[in-house]
Amino acid sequence: MALKITMEKTDLVTTKDLSEILDVILHRYGYDFRGYAKGSLLRRTNRFAVEIQAASAYELKYTLVNNEMVFRHFLQEVTVNVTELFRDPMYYKVMREKVLPVLASYPIIKIWHAGCSSGEEVFSTCILLHEAGLLKRARIYATDINPSNLDKAKSGILPLRHMKEYTSNYQQSGGKQDFADYYTARYDHAIIHEELRSGIVFSQHNLVSDNVFNEFQLVCCRNVMIYFNKQLQDRVLQLFYESLSSLGFLALGLKETLQFSGIYDKFEATHPTAKIYRRKD
Amino acid sequence: MNAAATNVVIIGGSAGCLDVVVQILQLLPENFEASVVLVIHRMKNTQSKLDKMLGRKTGRKFIAEPEDKEPIRAGMVYLAPQNYHLLAEDDHTFSLDYSEPVNYSRPSIDLSFESFASIYGKKIVAVVLSGANKDGAAGLQKVIDGGGLAVIQCPETAEYPAMPRAAVSLNSTAIISKPEEIVDCILQNL
Repeated sequence: MALKITMEKTDLVTTKDLSEILDVILHRYGYDFRGYAKGSLLRRTNRFAVEIQAASAYELKYTLVNNEMVFRHFLQEVTVNVTELFRDPMYYKVMREKVLPVLASYPIIKIWHAGCSSGEEVFSTCILLHEAGLLKRARIYATDINPSNLDKAKSGILPLRHMKEYTSNYQQSGGKQDFADYYTARYDHAIIHEELRSGIVFSQHNLVSDNVFNEFQLVCCRNVMIYFNKQLQDRVLQLFYESLSSLGFLALGLKETLQFSGIYDKFEATHPTAKIYRRKD
Repeated sequence: MNAAATNVVIIGGSAGCLDVVVQILQLLPENFEASVVLVIHRMKNTQSKLDKMLGRKTGRKFIAEPEDKEPIRAGMVYLAPQNYHLLAEDDHTFSLDYSEPVNYSRPSIDLSFESFASIYGKKIVAVVLSGANKDGAAGLQKVIDGGGLAVIQCPETAEYPAMPRAAVSLNSTAIISKPEEIVDCILQNL
């Protein structure tokens, strides 16, 4: 216990070290983390340094540059991959009641889940679409920066231990079906039924450096941009604006807002607390 | 709109802290210039109206849950949103973090203390109140290291003394204060 506290007391990596580490990562691997919010990234980098037992910031930098396996692990650890099925039930309720009825008027519904992590939010959207009878008409693109997240998401497998909580989330969101009908439990895992997932196209996309790749009626990007600084947020929001069709919807996390961004005027709030916005023109 | 805050009072509380939080907010002068940040453990995925309740009980007008990248302003009382960690950025804005709970807590008082201490240094007072875990103890150490002031609710006065006790045992230089004296302590040091 005493040892652990001493280790945490002085951080190995300072803000200056971090910016050097990010420069070499960009140069060596092409991943650009320079626009990430410093507070969270610095903490996660320090935690990673402790985990791999780096003796100094220099050693961490050296190891990251020279050992791609360590970098892959770093990518997994410093990007936040925490997610739930039907997280924020109120958001899904508004999605059901206000957004899906509008989407129903399109012959083909194109949806982009940006920063999909291990897929829980995409699966939740698929369940909503299924219950509204729209799943067969939907083309869902789910992207993430991290290939190992995409592998996990493609498998449709989740730990069983969270299912009780997810069921409660689902019911609070207005779900009326038996939630257990949507997955098969096996040992300590649950697999989301294949027919719910078959319309999803998973691919790697980096919001920092990649561009518009299609046009969508709905873009969901919840709790991804909180890890970005304001400049990067503005870039990504512009990317979403350009990726949306006229009158398309943008769904953010409950504590994310367009208010401090440059494109605030180009959207109106469909629902102010669920943080669902609609492109004006 | 209020100016950017130069001083921050950050208060961490868990089980049994609400009465003390209300008392602190009632005793703070109406024109109090610092920004007050409340990091309180709450249930997740259920709607909470704690911000409204605190506003009603204390008569303070400016109580809000901050949104991501919102400027940290003087004279405001901010309540950490449920189910996120609340951090400060060097341009004096809030940022939110949905990474794993720390010591079973999200928001983690330790993380917020550490983050705000790194930005506000000497211009911060951090307070640990009642709670049934040890969150806040390690963060308080970072506040002290950065030159800020650490205040702990006297464990004997806490409904759940585990959290103040953990904070005391790790931080021998912190001020231990009865609930009704915490505000005096804050006012003398900001």
